[in-house]
Amino acid sequence: MPSAPTAAPAARFPASPSKSTFGWFLAAAFAVVLALSLREAQVDPRLLVQADAIANAGRFVRGMVPPALGAEFLGSLARPLVETIQISVMGTAIAVVIGLPLGLLATASLMWRGSLHERTASLRRAAFGVLPYGLARVFLSAFRSIPEYVWAFMFVRAVGLGPFPGVLALGIAYGGMLGKVYSEILEGVDPRPIETLHAAGASRGALVVYGLVPEALPQLVSYTLYRWECAIRASAILGFVGAGGIGQQVELSMRMFQFDEILTELGVLFVLVAAVDFVSGRIRGRLVR
Amino acid sequence: MNGARAAGVGRGSTWAWWTVGGFAALVAWSAHGARVDVVALLGPEGLGQMAAYVGKLFPPDVSLPMVRDAALGTFETFAISFVGSLLAVVLAFPLALLASRSVLYRGILYEGQRLGGGERTARIGVYAAARGCLNALRTIPELLWALIFVFIVGLGPFPGVLALGVHTAGVLGKLFAEVIEDVAPRPIEALQSTGASRLGIIVYGILPQAAPQFLSYALYRWEVNIRAAAVMGLVGAGGLGQRIHVAISLFHEQQLLTLILAIYVIVTVVDALSAYLRARLL
Repeated sequence: MPSAPTAAPAARFPASPSKSTFGWFLAAAFAVVLALSLREAQVDPRLLVQADAIANAGRFVRGMVPPALGAEFLGSLARPLVETIQISVMGTAIAVVIGLPLGLLATASLMWRGSLHERTASLRRAAFGVLPYGLARVFLSAFRSIPEYVWAFMFVRAVGLGPFPGVLALGIAYGGMLGKVYSEILEGVDPRPIETLHAAGASRGALVVYGLVPEALPQLVSYTLYRWECAIRASAILGFVGAGGIGQQVELSMRMFQFDEILTELGVLFVLVAAVDFVSGRIRGRLVR
Repeated sequence: MNGARAAGVGRGSTWAWWTVGGFAALVAWSAHGARVDVVALLGPEGLGQMAAYVGKLFPPDVSLPMVRDAALGTFETFAISFVGSLLAVVLAFPLALLASRSVLYRGILYEGQRLGGGERTARIGVYAAARGCLNALRTIPELLWALIFVFIVGLGPFPGVLALGVHTAGVLGKLFAEVIEDVAPRPIEALQSTGASRLGIIVYGILPQAAPQFLSYALYRWEVNIRAAAVMGLVGAGGLGQRIHVAISLFHEQQLLTLILAIYVIVTVVDALSAYLRARLL
């Protein structure tokens, strides 16, 4: 509908009008979506300045200081803290176990497209190339589209409370993300060494082990480490749904209105995340160099 | 390994082996601590249990009331992510300006007219405060922010919006500040040579350069936030998460599958929308 008023300038500046029509359309759509969303999300700033809300916020902030630093409480944090690290490491390890094979299957240049497959019969290419490729893509996309907390919640139902459901949840959700990014990295690998191997008669497995993976290894490892950094943040809150780690303590403190404990737990979490970022960042720095 | 040493990268490769060994030990320790029991999970009993659970998920409940409810939850989740991301941009922008050294006290803007010692100290203080604030916002996970805001303003999607907005403001503020500090210096120098004021340089020299990056980061965080918005409800902050919580707690597996499919749809739609806007606008 906004095309009529822009018809005149269209004649003078052939390049710009479609962009400006698009701009107007975008602005209008933005305004409509914003108005609907504000209503749908029940946004009401008055709630924030109500006497109740201010009193609650005051209680929360006053309750946080001074942080709980009793020896007994600090001691009780040690176990969940260690558990958080273990969940993140194990979750990432399982994610690699899930993500690497699916990522390879989801790599088009390996499975059915490009120079490796020029002489493959089309039926064979469809059955052993396109079909597994498509299935792997569907699984990866399903794994990563369901948020890790939903996975965790479901695994708590399936295998009970504790760190194990957290590990499984991270493993599946991050497996989906790793697989997708792995396939993108592998797709971008320089094809010439692999074509040489192929021309020498190497099998598909040999191509992967000696050509594709070594070529992309620094990038693969670097992205996996980055995911580990994310996993430590995630595993800290998976406990909210009963999947172990320090999040379970945070949730408990919140429910018991022990805000001074929350401040301590957040401090511990901050140090933990910073430490993992530091370690992972140093290794990544050496890898890409 | 010998070949590598002969090639002169022996030190790097020793280092790599140590790292690999360290990680193997870390994984073994973690497997033990996290009580990972692959045998029980992949044994006949574990697999049977999982197959039974997956079996109960199917077929998804597509009765009219359920689909309507899932659609409502999807709209609510979309609204939470959209308004939350927008709130984040609004909060992050001023904080990012205050958290940029090149805006506050250092670099080209201050080469001509130096700041007095007292004013410089005050400005460094503002910078440190803004950085600290961004760190605090970012450190607290969005789900904990949601719990806090549920405590302050009560149940519903609004605390979800606030939680996403505040946490994402911490993330975007840091990214925006990095962008501001990294803009190309030439246009700024050119403006300065015409005698433009500091404010003028920020508005006409720095921000136009930074805007496309701001937009790109905001869209990227929107993609992250649609996923986060889908789980806000697990702590009572509206959207699909709340319905998922109910479905799992009451063992309504077929409804759960419908809701999970709804998450899949909305996440895919927002990803595609964000990618389209990025391609179109940048």
